[in-house]
Amino acid sequence: MFTEIFFLYCAVMITGTGILAITRRNPVHAVLMVLILFFHMAGLYLTLQAEFLAAVQIIVYAGAILVLYLFVLFLVNLREEMEVESLVDSAWIGRIISAGLAMILVSVIPAFVLGEKGSWPVERIRELTHTKALGQEMYTTFILPFEIAGLILLVAVIGGLVLAKKDNTTQTLEG
Amino acid sequence: MHVLIVFIEILVLFAVVMLHVAYATYFERKIIGHMQVRLGPMQQGWHGLLQPIADGIKSFFKEDIVPAQADVLPFRAAPIICLTAMMAALAVLPFASGWVLADINIGLLFIFAMSSLASYGVILAGWATNSKYTFLGGLRSMAQVVSYEISFGLSLVGVMMLSGSLNLSKIVEAQGSSFGGMYLFPQIIAFFVFCVAMLAETNRVPFDLPEAETELVSGYCTEYSGMRYAMFFMAEYIGMMVMASIGTICFLGGWNGPFEVAFFPPFWFVFKIYIFMFVFIWIRATMPRYRYDQLMDIGWKLLIPLSLVNIVLTGIVKAFVG
Repeated sequence: MFTEIFFLYCAVMITGTGILAITRRNPVHAVLMVLILFFHMAGLYLTLQAEFLAAVQIIVYAGAILVLYLFVLFLVNLREEMEVESLVDSAWIGRIISAGLAMILVSVIPAFVLGEKGSWPVERIRELTHTKALGQEMYTTFILPFEIAGLILLVAVIGGLVLAKKDNTTQTLEG
Repeated sequence: MHVLIVFIEILVLFAVVMLHVAYATYFERKIIGHMQVRLGPMQQGWHGLLQPIADGIKSFFKEDIVPAQADVLPFRAAPIICLTAMMAALAVLPFASGWVLADINIGLLFIFAMSSLASYGVILAGWATNSKYTFLGGLRSMAQVVSYEISFGLSLVGVMMLSGSLNLSKIVEAQGSSFGGMYLFPQIIAFFVFCVAMLAETNRVPFDLPEAETELVSGYCTEYSGMRYAMFFMAEYIGMMVMASIGTICFLGGWNGPFEVAFFPPFWFVFKIYIFMFVFIWIRATMPRYRYDQLMDIGWKLLIPLSLVNIVLTGIVKAFVG
């Protein structure tokens, strides 16, 4: 009973703050809405006994990535409203397209079926603690995808470094 | 009934911590005073013992001023975010065997999460006030917290590997009650990294650039007054306490001590926290402030590589020894 109410609360808050995040004119307010959204997503993970994921959600997304977003926003423009040119000429074309997208999304909901139970039911996770279960699976069964993801991230980091470095030298040359 | 008991426990913890925070400010002023050959507060009560109470009453009754150009809602919310985040971190601290409000399996990660949330309060305060000083303070705090959180987290990975758990009570139990069992000895590199990152995370001297009074008036809380100003300070002192507690739990063996204190089980825990707090204050009285680029150099070029080396070393030792 409590879990259902909690889930409902989180779901409503996620949807609400999600909508607010894309409708706020002030980008900083939008980022704050996303912050609240992340917290409720962490709450949802908790209802699934995925406590490690919940903590990482807050530490990585709320604690690091959103702070970087804020940093960029602060450095780029302070308090000006963002003026974005509309993609299509008439607002009605956009509305029709989004309504159509929504229809497609709603129509595929009945196709959703619960998957088979894996080798990790809730009781077993609770017994071993989620962190250990996740670590064991990740470093035994899924070691190859894990390493590939790591390699991709490494490439991205090196790419970012190279780009930043290049930018820096041209600036000093000009200055 | 269970809910009621938890509620009473929360109230007791809140009251005790608040009293500690109030008197931590008193001891800070007293200790720094004596280190600088002054007396510190002397007027209210015997040797100024009632000074924190007087300060509390004063800030409680002062007018709460909101600057005209401020973004009101984030401005008002910022100190509350700071304080609640730090307060929430208190819930998972084990003060003695069984003396913990929420004995969760991700205690350590929960504290990381809450301390990163607290930085939002500072950032928001800096931004919402709409003033140059506060904004610069907020920016500095943001960069500082993001860079030092990495080394702070990585420095504790060694402890997690040795104890095999993220539960704070289990980490203490894994160290045993003997003096040599403390993780301070096998994790001496991590302890060094932790101590430096701890100072930076709590915005304390020598890393108190977000509120560097010589350049930024009072940094992110320049425009705050009354109770909201006091809340930032409560958050800072609770943050110091939480960091000291993590240090005690992860490196100094938590509530274990040379002998049992039967009438007050958390005796050694509190004692070790006081040592940490004294070192905090001692450093503040002794050290000059770092320059901003030096702060970033220490964080990225010294602490993060050191903590990574520590993780690899711990892994190798653990793989070969046990």
